[in-house]
Amino acid sequence: MIGSAVEYVGRVTLRHVEYVGGLAIQLRAALASMRRALPLVGNRNRWRSAVNQMLAVGVNACPMVGIMALCTGFILAMQGASEFRKFGAMNLVVDLVSLGFTRELGPLLAALAVSGRSGSAFSAEIGTMVVTEEIDALRTMALDPIEFLLAPKYLAMLIMLPCLTIMSNACGILAGGLFMRISTQMTLRVYLGYVADSIVLRDVMMGLLKSLAFATIIVQVGCLEGFHVRGGPDAVGRSATSAVVKSTFLVILSDLAFTGIFYLMERH
Amino acid sequence: MPDTAAEPAIRVRDVVVSYGGRRVLDGINLDVARGETMVLIGASGSGKSTLLRQIIGLEQPQAGQVLVNGMDLATKSKKDLKKIRLSIGVAFQDAALFNSMSVEENLALPLREHTRLAESTIRLMTWMKLSVVGLADFGKSSPRELSGGMRKRAAVARALSLDPQILVFDEPSAGLDPIIAAELDELILALKRAFNMTVVVVTHEMASAFHIADRMAMLYNGSLIAIGRPDELRKSAQPRLRQFFDRVPDQVLDPSVIQTYFERYLKGDFE
Ligand SMILES: Nc1ncnc2c1ncn2[C@@H]1O[C@H](COP(=O)(O)OP(=O)(O)OP(=O)(O)O)[C@@H](O)[C@H]1O
Ligand SMILES: [Mg+2]
Repeated sequence: MIGSAVEYVGRVTLRHVEYVGGLAIQLRAALASMRRALPLVGNRNRWRSAVNQMLAVGVNACPMVGIMALCTGFILAMQGASEFRKFGAMNLVVDLVSLGFTRELGPLLAALAVSGRSGSAFSAEIGTMVVTEEIDALRTMALDPIEFLLAPKYLAMLIMLPCLTIMSNACGILAGGLFMRISTQMTLRVYLGYVADSIVLRDVMMGLLKSLAFATIIVQVGCLEGFHVRGGPDAVGRSATSAVVKSTFLVILSDLAFTGIFYLMERH
Repeated sequence: MPDTAAEPAIRVRDVVVSYGGRRVLDGINLDVARGETMVLIGASGSGKSTLLRQIIGLEQPQAGQVLVNGMDLATKSKKDLKKIRLSIGVAFQDAALFNSMSVEENLALPLREHTRLAESTIRLMTWMKLSVVGLADFGKSSPRELSGGMRKRAAVARALSLDPQILVFDEPSAGLDPIIAAELDELILALKRAFNMTVVVVTHEMASAFHIADRMAMLYNGSLIAIGRPDELRKSAQPRLRQFFDRVPDQVLDPSVIQTYFERYLKGDFE
């Protein structure tokens, strides 16, 4: 009984270690071929497909990220106000929204939206290509699937997710201003003045740093799930689901790690 | 300078491939000479596609080696592997066209990636290759809009894109109407005559096989049970080969097998 439990735990642990190992190997190959996706120094075709990916993962995600951030900003302001009003400290709402977004919610919301939209799309695209032997065809043409498919996506994500994060920050803070305007007659100009006082450049930079890590997770997990597809179309569907589940989980986990590190750095 | 003329284009040595403990290829030996057309035949599931995947270096054998133009495919140098890959044109069994691109772009892709030809030249070349397989009007279509047979032909055209020395076709004529299948045979013969191409073809069409083959090889139970010129094989008394040529069905429903199965089922052997 205990033996089989130990065996089970061991097997599951091994599987996770193997998975992380696979991610690490793929990440290394991706970094090695990233140069080829850059404009001017790299391959023109890779850069062109990176631009297409930027439109797909970045520009097309703008409405979704924007609306999510507006709603969340408004929610945060309302929740804060209902508490702070008791102490007559409504101005704290400004701090809550601006700090909350620049440090945490901005990068996280953007990452979750993109992981849902693009993580699944990546794995479905690559998984389908595995099933239809298109990946094999690429390899017989001496084209490296990592360079050909993954590098442009990675480059696009590394550029677009920080942009989406900035937009998410802006929308969230704007929603906070809207709420203050409605509930306390504070003009947007005054609100933005307070915001400017409370925002620290360091927080914004840390948020952007996080978004780079999130971009890495979403692309690498999404593509790895796709490359691991074996079998038919049903396997493609499963891989898309598991890409979203795993990347969302890892995004939150890495967020915890980053925030923990920043917190400790701040105290010392 | 070694004598490259005598060296076979493809040399398969004692190759073993097994999936989940089952040996799909069990010590295969096969030489394909330069300029030779080798036709692989064998029952469905006998491992023909698996052997082709070894020849084009998509998978590594568990034992043995595969040499293309004298170079071991297990070689670690990326540059050599690339050189070998570019000298082989492959048409997959299920075409494997890139669905995100038009037919034209499928053909142009290897040219755009591996040559410095002008765009106008590339367009002309792809158009010529498409005309050869009778698809000149379908360059702008997406592979999804083509019929199965048309996809096969487009895959053949794509395999020809880089004018390779070696062509590998997995059942190019399966699902094609007889006229187009015959045209494809003529194309293979013409390519061989004009460019001295080495061709490896898997096919189930015996008429086509006898027409184009310089030599044929039959795969059965993981081994090549017969290799030889078409006229030699035609005369062979090998029972499996005869069965294949004469289209004799296997004994599918042996009553005694069914009876023993039910007996074991009733005794609860399958619980
Ligand atoms: N990736 C794989 N994993 C597990 N088994 C495999 C794999 N590829 C092939 N096989 C098995 O190997 C055997 C040979 O397959 P293969 O595709 O080479 O047959 P084939 O001779 O090309 O058949 P057909 O004429 O139907 O195309 C089959 O029994 C198949 O189930
Ligand atoms: Mg096959």
